[in-house]
Amino acid sequence: MTAPLIEVRNVSRLFVKPIDLAQQIANAFGAHQRPEIVHAVDDVSFAIAEGEVVGLVGESGCGKSTVGRVVAGVLDPSAGQVRFRGRDVAELGSEERRQVKLKTQMIFQDPFASLNPRMRIGMTIGEAPRHHGLVAAEELDAYVDDVMARCGLEPGFKRRYPHQFSGGQRQRISIARALAVKPEFLICDEAVAALDVSIQAQILNLFMKLRAELRLTYLFISHDLGVVEHLSDRVIVMYLGRIVEMAPTEELFRRPVHPYAQALLAEVPRISKRRSRFAPVKGEIPSPLNPPPGCHFHPRCPHALPRCRVEAPALREIAPGRWAACHLNDTP
Amino acid sequence: MAETLRVENLRTSFLTKWGEVTAVDDVSFSVDAGEILGIVGESGSGKTVTGFSILGLIDPPGRIKGGRILFQDEDLVGLPENRMREYRGKRIAMVFQDPMMTLNPVLRIDTQLIESVLAHDKVDRVTARQRARDALGQVGIPSPDERLASYPHQFSGGMRQRVAIAMALLHRPALIVADEPTTALDVTIQGQILFEVQKLCKESRTALIWISHDLSVVAGLADRVAVMYAGKLVEQGSVDDVLDRPMHPYTSGLIGSLPSNNIRGQPLRQIPGMTPSLLNLSAGCAFRTRCPRADAACLESPPVSVPASGREVRCAHPLVGGGS
Ligand SMILES: Nc1ncnc2c1ncn2[C@@H]1O[C@H](COP(=O)(O)OP(=O)(O)OP(=O)(O)O)[C@@H](O)[C@H]1O
Ligand SMILES: Nc1ncnc2c1ncn2[C@@H]1O[C@H](COP(=O)(O)OP(=O)(O)O)[C@@H](O)[C@H]1O
Ligand code: SF4
Ligand code: SF4
Ligand SMILES: [Mg+2]
Ligand SMILES: [Mg+2]
Repeated sequence: MTAPLIEVRNVSRLFVKPIDLAQQIANAFGAHQRPEIVHAVDDVSFAIAEGEVVGLVGESGCGKSTVGRVVAGVLDPSAGQVRFRGRDVAELGSEERRQVKLKTQMIFQDPFASLNPRMRIGMTIGEAPRHHGLVAAEELDAYVDDVMARCGLEPGFKRRYPHQFSGGQRQRISIARALAVKPEFLICDEAVAALDVSIQAQILNLFMKLRAELRLTYLFISHDLGVVEHLSDRVIVMYLGRIVEMAPTEELFRRPVHPYAQALLAEVPRISKRRSRFAPVKGEIPSPLNPPPGCHFHPRCPHALPRCRVEAPALREIAPGRWAACHLNDTP
Repeated sequence: MAETLRVENLRTSFLTKWGEVTAVDDVSFSVDAGEILGIVGESGSGKTVTGFSILGLIDPPGRIKGGRILFQDEDLVGLPENRMREYRGKRIAMVFQDPMMTLNPVLRIDTQLIESVLAHDKVDRVTARQRARDALGQVGIPSPDERLASYPHQFSGGMRQRVAIAMALLHRPALIVADEPTTALDVTIQGQILFEVQKLCKESRTALIWISHDLSVVAGLADRVAVMYAGKLVEQGSVDDVLDRPMHPYTSGLIGSLPSNNIRGQPLRQIPGMTPSLLNLSAGCAFRTRCPRADAACLESPPVSVPASGREVRCAHPLVGGGS
């Protein structure tokens, strides 16, 4: 078997929230306020094979974007490693690291924020391939036309600025910009969340078309389970910084194993569910600053055992390709 | 069934520096006591402006230019602001997408809820506090006594939205207009709120208008649904009729494009083109450039047909028997 394209090994990422001025003053008078630490990502491991689409789901603040940014190399892990084609990216030389970074591109929810408002979009798309010498200067113009056409943009739009486009078109522009550097791996972070329903389908179709044409690999981050179900080969479910379940898409949606995944899937509104009798999961999502001990889900879990309060369950392979982190799987 | 609200031919427009924008154009619908009406549509289709019009919250440069808003048989259009204020919050309440539109960040929850009771009712503070506690309990806030003494920032987004809903419930209004109240929330929290809201409407016979861009949420919650496109109401009817047998090509296209209505991994059926700007809408059907059924007849303003009572579609060539 060949090495996976991407491998994430025991990655954690902490953020330190510095103490604010009021707390500093309080400390000067003898209080003991410490900076707060968020375990945004806590010992996460997974792999993505070449050509695979892996969905990453979970509720806000569970660490999806942080995983995406660590995998993209824009954020360093606090512990653990990210391997690209079998090699730890932290150990690559600067030139190789630059290459790997180019091969991985990120697409975000808000295309407007990520596009330079004062740059014509032809420039926006052509700048990186020119800068990195991926395309000869005399071919750049035709190359940009080509990338734009692939993303459903009229090459005639090249001289326009971002504000002259609709939200859906702007998302096409940011996809074109990402594709222009010939990536192998796209990380889409809520890439259709801000778009109108009728435009979402167009962009999702574009992602699927590009996958087929360019053999792209995707990490598709979304809170929209319907979208993830449609597009992904495998799905990872996170809760408060940890992976709770990981499975082939159809199996996960047919029979989720982890109690949180079960609750999440049960709550997804579907057009076929009429006058539903919502049977809500109890309780709030706890603060990541102060997650419950043991299994993070235990205060909301209908099946919690005494040991769930003290011992965090490990992510284990419970059937081929199916992983879950729950103590219930230990009791035969 | 008692009709709580009837909106007739509502037209609301805004004067902008590029010209007049008719954000809500000839919109008519009604809601009965205890009924939940979902209003769905894309960004800019006029959902919020419809809600604001009902509550008399349209400020210049906006203006209600025509139509009637009959609330329990009284026309709210043109009602003086002091009269409108008696209705707002007491008999008609609004829940916004951002709960901080309702909540004051610097006041404790109990203070805000109690003030809100006292603003409309002459009761003593003890009674007011009891009402506040009851309202929080109704929206599923555990240990309301302890919670009452907190400030909004000490609550999560879902909790804040529940407090805003509790605030809307304080006076047992006859009508609640809720504008995307769960859009910013996580699904498990959304599920909790939908559960409470549904129960409350049925128990207290409150009429509810639930505005959303999400057909799936409305499918699970509402009794009837109205679909807006570019300021017009293009289709309405019972949830089952509209979602299972859409008659307007836009509704049909929208339903057809949902991932759950497509084969996994295959290209989604998509509506081509993009949402038109309201500024330069030409005459005729605004969906024309994206519609597979469009022809010369669609250059005229499409007629509204009423195939059954409560079922309406605004299209020159409606689909019959649904399907896409
Ligand atoms: N104060 C205002 N001044 C000018 N135009 C306005 C104003 N408020 C709303 N509009 C316009 O009215 C139209 C309808 O807006 P509205 O807010 O009702 O849309 P919506 O359906 O609620 O959209 P969303 O899903 O984005 O909330 C839009 O074209 C909007 O730009
Ligand atoms: N730069 C940062 N500084 C401090 N905390 C952060 C930072 N980025 C993310 N976090 C925190 O890490 C947690 C996970 O965040 P994120 O990965 O953005 O979640 P998601 O994408 O799943 O919503 C959250 O509690 C968030 O507040
Ligand atoms: S480990 Fe315990 S608390 Fe956590 S999901 Fe499993 S049963 Fe529930
Ligand atoms: S009126 Fe014509 S263009 Fe408009 S939706 Fe009906 S068929 Fe399509
Ligand atoms: Mg995120
Ligand atoms: Mg709105």
